[in-house]
Amino acid sequence: MNTDIEDDWLYTISSKRKLIDFNFNEFWQYKDLLFLFVKRDIITLYKQTILGPLWYLLQPLFTSLIFTLIFNNLADIPTGEGVPNFLFNLAGITSWNYFKDCLVGTSETFKKNEKIFGKVYFPRVIMPMSVVVSNLLKFGIQIGVFIGFYVYFVWFTSKSYNVSPNFDLVFSPVLVLLMALLGLGLGMIISSMTTKYRDLTFLVQFGVQLLMYGSAVMYPMSYFKEKLPTYYWLIEWNPIAIIVEAFRTMVFGTGELNSFKLIYAAISSCFIFLIGLVIFNKTEKSFIDTI
Amino acid sequence: MSLDIILKVNNVGKQYRLGVVGTGTISHDLNRWWSRIIGKEDPYLKVGEVNVRSQKGSSDYVWAIRNINFEVKRGEVLGIIGKNGAGKSTLLKILSRVTSPTTGEIKTKGRIASLLEVGTGFHPEMTGRENIYLNGAILGMTKVEINSKIDEIIDFSGCLRYVDTPVKRYSSGMKVRLAFAVAAHLEPDILVVDEVLAVGDAEFQKKAIGKIQDISKGDGRTVLFVSHDMAAIQNLCSRTIVLKNGNINFIGYTSDAITNYLTTEDGNKLQLHDRKGSGIVKIVSIEIFSEHSKVNILTGQLVNFTFRLKNNNGVIRKDLRLDFRIDDEKGQRIAWLSDFVITASQKPEIIVNSITFQVKKFPLNKGTYYITTYLTAGGTVADWIQNACSFSVVDGDFYGTGRTPPLNQGKTLLNYDII
Repeated sequence: MNTDIEDDWLYTISSKRKLIDFNFNEFWQYKDLLFLFVKRDIITLYKQTILGPLWYLLQPLFTSLIFTLIFNNLADIPTGEGVPNFLFNLAGITSWNYFKDCLVGTSETFKKNEKIFGKVYFPRVIMPMSVVVSNLLKFGIQIGVFIGFYVYFVWFTSKSYNVSPNFDLVFSPVLVLLMALLGLGLGMIISSMTTKYRDLTFLVQFGVQLLMYGSAVMYPMSYFKEKLPTYYWLIEWNPIAIIVEAFRTMVFGTGELNSFKLIYAAISSCFIFLIGLVIFNKTEKSFIDTI
Repeated sequence: MSLDIILKVNNVGKQYRLGVVGTGTISHDLNRWWSRIIGKEDPYLKVGEVNVRSQKGSSDYVWAIRNINFEVKRGEVLGIIGKNGAGKSTLLKILSRVTSPTTGEIKTKGRIASLLEVGTGFHPEMTGRENIYLNGAILGMTKVEINSKIDEIIDFSGCLRYVDTPVKRYSSGMKVRLAFAVAAHLEPDILVVDEVLAVGDAEFQKKAIGKIQDISKGDGRTVLFVSHDMAAIQNLCSRTIVLKNGNINFIGYTSDAITNYLTTEDGNKLQLHDRKGSGIVKIVSIEIFSEHSKVNILTGQLVNFTFRLKNNNGVIRKDLRLDFRIDDEKGQRIAWLSDFVITASQKPEIIVNSITFQVKKFPLNKGTYYITTYLTAGGTVADWIQNACSFSVVDGDFYGTGRTPPLNQGKTLLNYDII
C-alpha cells in the first residue's frame, strides 16, 4: 500500500546549506509560538512592579521633557514653525524608540536564548520576530500617549500652534514596517556576529546611543543642513533619520515628503533585512557550538 | 504498519574544537575561510582525533562522533547506549537539529521532536497553564492541538491544583511532571528521548515509561531512546546502538547490545581522582574476574579481585595490608574486605606484585558497584584510592532455582535454607 520512493524524504539535515534558506511553511506552522512568545514578553516584563505598564509611558515622556529642556530651551534648536518643542521631541523619541527597541532586543537573540536553542529546534527567526511584534504593542501605547498630548497642545492650550496631520499620514504604517525591518535586520546581523566573538556587543551599547544623535531625533534635518552642511550627507543618507523625519512631516504637516529619499530608505531597509536574514540563517545551524 | 525506513543517517560526523574562544581561534577561522574562498576543503577536517575523554590529544580538534551510519524503521524503538562522552548527546543534538553535523547527512521522512531536557522554555513568572501552551508550542504543537489536549496534559501531570499558579512556586518535581506531561502528548513521527526518566519519583517514572511504551507500541511511532538504565533499554527497545568514543561499536538486538556494552565497558580502569598515600607500593590495576565469564560478574559465581601492585621498593607481603570496600551506586557501604580479618597471622615474607581476594559465591545483587582501596605498608598509608574502579554485576543464579530476589528488596543475597 505504501509505494514510497527511496528519495521521498521530508527533509535532510546536513552541513551544506543554501544561501537563502527560509522555509515559510515551517515558519507558518510555528506561528502560534510567535504569539505565545509575544504574550510571554508582555505579561512577564513588568511582573512584580508597582507601576507596571505605566513604565511604557514614563520613559518617553521624561526623555522628551529633558530633550526639550536641553536642546530647545538651552541650546535653542528650532523645531519648525508652530510646532511645540515637547511634541516635536515626543514624536522623534517615540519613533526612534521603536527602531531602537527592535535593534537592541533582537541583537541579543542568540546569547539570550542559548539555553532554549540548545535544547530544541524551532525556526530560530521566530525569536527576533517576536521581539519586533511585542515592541509594536509598546509602540502602540506610546503612540496613544503622543496622540493625547497632540490633542492637548492643539485644542487645550492658549497658544495657537500651526500643526495638523498631513494626508500622507495614511502611509505611516509603512514607516513602522520599515523601522521594524531595519531594526530586525541590523539586530540579526549583530546577534549572528556576536555568537563567536563578543566584541560587537560593546559596540551596540554606545553605538545605538551615538546613532540617535545622527538620526534627526532631537533636531529637524533642515536645521542640521543649515548649521553643518559639510556633514549633512551623514544624516541625509541615514535611512532611520529619513524615516524619523518623514514621520514628523506626516503628523505635523510641516514641509514636504521627499518620496525619492523615502524609496531609498525603503530599499536600504529591505536590503539590510535580507542580509540579516541570510547571516542569521547561516549562523543558526551551528551557533550552539561556539556561543 | 509498513516497515519502511523513516530515518537514515549517512556517515555523520561532528568535529569540535577544544579550549576557549579567543584571539587564538581567529587565525583558524581566517584559514578556514580562505580555504573556502579558493575552493579547497576545510583544512581542519583532516586533523582531529577520536574522542577519548581521559587521554591527552595532539591537536585541539576532536570528533565527538564520526562515521555514524544507521537506519531506523517506522514504528521501531531504537536504544542508544554508551559511556559518558561516547557521543550520545551529540548524536541526539544533530538529530533534533539543534546543531548541524560537520560531515554527512541525515534524511528523515517524519517530523522529529526531542525530549532532550524537559521544561525547556518554562518561564517562572507564568502560570502552569500558560507554560503548557508555551512549552507545547516550542516543542512544535499548534494552539489548536494544545487546546484539545490541555485537560489530558494537566491530568497526566497531576498538578491540577497548581495549574493557575506561577511555575516559580512549584517544587522541582512538579516542574518535571508538568514538563514531561507536555512532551508526552506531542505527536511527532519520531520522538527522541534523552534521560528524562532519571528525574521524578518512582510513581512518575513508572508512568513515564508506560507512556513511552504506549507511544511506540500503541501509536506505532518511532522512538529513539537514550539511557544509562539498562533495564529501561531492555524493556523498551527492540534494537540498540552501542556508541564508543564517537563510533558505533555495535548495532543489533538489544540483549546483544547490552552484553557488548558491558563487555567493552572498561570500568575496571583505575580512576585516580582521589588518591592519597606515600606511594611506596602502588596499585596499578584491579582485575575482577568471575569463573566462567571474563567480562560479566554474575551473582552467585566465584569472583576473584586481583590487585596488581607496583612494588619497586620491595615491601614484603607481611608488611602489606590491603583493605577494600565495595560501595553501591548511591555510595552506601556494602561490604568491607581485608586481610586484617582473614589472614592476619599467615602472611609470607616474600615480595609480591599482586594480591587476590576470592569470593566463592558472589552475594551482591545486580547493579554497579565501586571499590575503594586502602593499602598500608608497614603501618603507613601507601595507596588509598577512593572509588578506584567500578564494576557491574549481572543477574546470576545464586540459589540454583532460576529465581532472583527483586532489586528493590535488597542488595545482598544470603545463603540460607528453609526448614
